[in-house]
Parts: sequence; C-alpha cells; structure tokens
Amino acid sequence: MQPLRRVIPFAVSLLLPVSAMAAGGMPQMDSENPLTYWQVVWGAIIFIVLYIVASRFALPKVGAVLEERAAHIARDLEAAQASKAQADSGMAEATAAIAKARNEAQTAINSALDAAKGAAAEQAATLNTRLEKQLAESEGQIAQARTQAMSALREVATETAGTIVARLTGQAPDPQRLNGAIGAALAARGAG
Amino acid sequence: MAAEAHTGIDALGQFKLEPALGAIGHSVNFTQANLMMVVASGLVLALLFLGMRPRAMVPGRLQSAAEMCYETVMGMCTEQIGHEGKKFFPLVFCLFFFILFGNLLGVFPYFFTFTSHIAVTLAMSLFVFLLVTFVAIKEHGMHFFSYFLPKGVPGALAPLMILIEIISYLSRIVSLSVRLFANMMAGHVMLEVFGSFIVMLGGLGLLGYFPAGLSLGVNTMLIGFELLVATLQAYVFAILTCIYLHDAVHLH
Repeated sequence: MQPLRRVIPFAVSLLLPVSAMAAGGMPQMDSENPLTYWQVVWGAIIFIVLYIVASRFALPKVGAVLEERAAHIARDLEAAQASKAQADSGMAEATAAIAKARNEAQTAINSALDAAKGAAAEQAATLNTRLEKQLAESEGQIAQARTQAMSALREVATETAGTIVARLTGQAPDPQRLNGAIGAALAARGAG
Repeated sequence: MAAEAHTGIDALGQFKLEPALGAIGHSVNFTQANLMMVVASGLVLALLFLGMRPRAMVPGRLQSAAEMCYETVMGMCTEQIGHEGKKFFPLVFCLFFFILFGNLLGVFPYFFTFTSHIAVTLAMSLFVFLLVTFVAIKEHGMHFFSYFLPKGVPGALAPLMILIEIISYLSRIVSLSVRLFANMMAGHVMLEVFGSFIVMLGGLGLLGYFPAGLSLGVNTMLIGFELLVATLQAYVFAILTCIYLHDAVHLH
C-alpha cells in the first residue's frame, strides 16, 4: 500500500490548481528560459507566412471554385426555367389547337347533320306530294269508274225493266215513270 | 515541485520547451512548439491546396472538407461581423485553423501542444486586441472612445461606467488568452496524471489492476473530451474575435 499512500496526496494537490501553480513548476511561466520568448517570435513568423499563403493563394482558390459553382447552378436554373416557360407555351399552343380543331369538327358535324336532315325532309316532302297526287289520281279514277259503272247499271236496269214490263204487260212502259221508279230504287240502295 | 519529485509523477514536464531540429534549431532557438506550428500550418495549407486541386463541380471528399471549412468560417464572419466581415475572413480562418490544428495535434501522444503555452495564446490575444482597437479607431476616429460610455447613463455614474468599460475592454486580452491556455493545459495535465496512475497502480499487483483499468477508462474518456475541448476552444477564440471585430466596425 506504500505507492497508494504516495499517490493520493499528489492527486489532491493536482486537483487544486492553485497549489499546483504555487509550486512554481509551470514551464509556461519560466521567464528565465529564452525559449519561452523565442517560441512567440517564431510563432509570429509562422503565422504570418500561413496568413500570406492562405489569403493570397489558398483561400481565393476555394472562393473561386465556390463562386464558379454558384454561377453554374444559377445558370442551369435559369436555363431550366426558360425551357419550362417554352414547354408551357408549347403546351398552351397545343391545347388551343386541340380546342380549335374540336370546334371545327363540331361545326362540320352540325352542318353535315343539318344538310342531311334538310335533304331527308325534302325527299320525304316530294315523296309525300307524289304519293298524294297518285292517291288523288287513283281516287279520281275510282270515282270515274264507279260513275261509269253506275250509269251503265241505270241503262241496264232501264232496259231490263222496260223489257220485263213489255213482256208482262205487252206494251212498252211509260219511259218517264220507269225512269222515276228506277231512280228511286237506286237511291234507296245508296248507289245513285 | 517538491510533491512531484516525491511521487515521481511529472505532470508539467510535458510543457517544457526544448530546441527542435537539432543543431540548427538550437542555434536559432527554434522550439518543438514552433515545429508543431509549422506542422499545423502545413496541414491547413495541404488541406486547402490538395483538397481544391480537382476544382470539381461536384466535390470529392477532401474538396468537400476544404469547402466546408471555408464556408463555415465565411458564415461565421458574415453572420457575426456583417457585410464587412469578408475583409477579415482570411485572418479569422487562419486563427481558427491554426488553433484548431494545434489543439488537435496536441492530443496525439508525444506531440507538443503549443496552445498550452500562455506566451503563445497571450501573443495571439494581444494581436487580436490591437487589431480590433486599430480597426475601431480607423473606422470611427475619435468617436471610438464613446464606446466606453454607453448611451443613457446618468452623469453621476459616468466616471464609474467609463472605468468599468475600460477594464472590461482590457480584460478581453486576459480572458481570450487564459481561456485557451488553461483549457489546453488542464486537459493535458489530467491525461498525464491518469496515465501515470495506470502505470503506478498497474505495478501494485493484483489489487491495483482494477483501479488501473478504471484510470485507463478515465483516460479514454478524457481523450474524447479533449477532442471536444480542442474544437470548442478554437471555435470560441475565432467567434470572440469576430464579435470583437463586430464591435470595432459597428460600435455596439
């Protein structure tokens, strides 16, 4: 335990900086050593050399590279913005062109549709008039045929009735009475 | 010193300055601290030059790292100082990465941490202080001295306020330098102490293995902690420089 007994007081003395400094053993405070001053002289020279080399050569080099990079980035950003604007305007143009084309197509469709409708209506109208005309003609023919048939019926009926009366009575009937009776009979049948 | 000689732990010996680079270094008083400064500066410049060599539009890994360093410090300058911050950007960049690489190199075993020397940090903070004062006087002329009397202070309090403001202005030198120096030194002392514990307790035999392992665990955590402190302190130094420069340019 001998070394321990020696260590503890020393540790205590070191942990109290005042007592350590009071011992006067600090080489930093050794004003009799010329090296204490000479290190400052040499230190000043070294620092001045460091300052000159760093400020004249080393640091401007770093600064130049950093500036160049910043300029490059700014340039690239500008170019990117310009191409974005270009792309945007191109896009707007394309959209406008599409809208225009769509409008044109719509109007074309509408006009074609209108024309087709018009033509169809015209055709239908002509067809109608033709059909109506034919119908009217046919009706006229039918009516004519009917009147012809009716007048033929009257003649036949008059002749037949005259012949029948002549055979039955032996004398020709009075044409005026016969005509009246046939007219009445035909009218009663609804064919007069 | 007496206690150290007694126990055999030399926690402060790591900060002792020695001439580096053999006889030539010895003749011009070039120390190992200066050697580490050269290494740190060389690494910063190598990162920038090698990283930016491809000048690629889409950066690779190293170029991304270099650009990130540039943009981080540039952001710090423009956010803290404002539009005029670009003027001071190379200086803030050099300060930040000089300190950061010095701190980080110090975490490697056998490497010297030049930011653990008050003379170095004091020189840097004095430089920042003088620069800030110079910029303020150049920008505002004699009007700069109105900085020490905030607006709306009653006349009776003015002498006291001016005194307090001047003290707080001057204390920037101390706070800036001591903060960095003390942080770096404390971390390295702790590492050394716990490292010695491992060796000493490990030598005790069976009973010492457990505490020795514990000390190893503590040292492992301390290394991680040191990485954090190294980055944080470099950042604090740089951001405070920016804030002081903002005050100099804008006067509140």
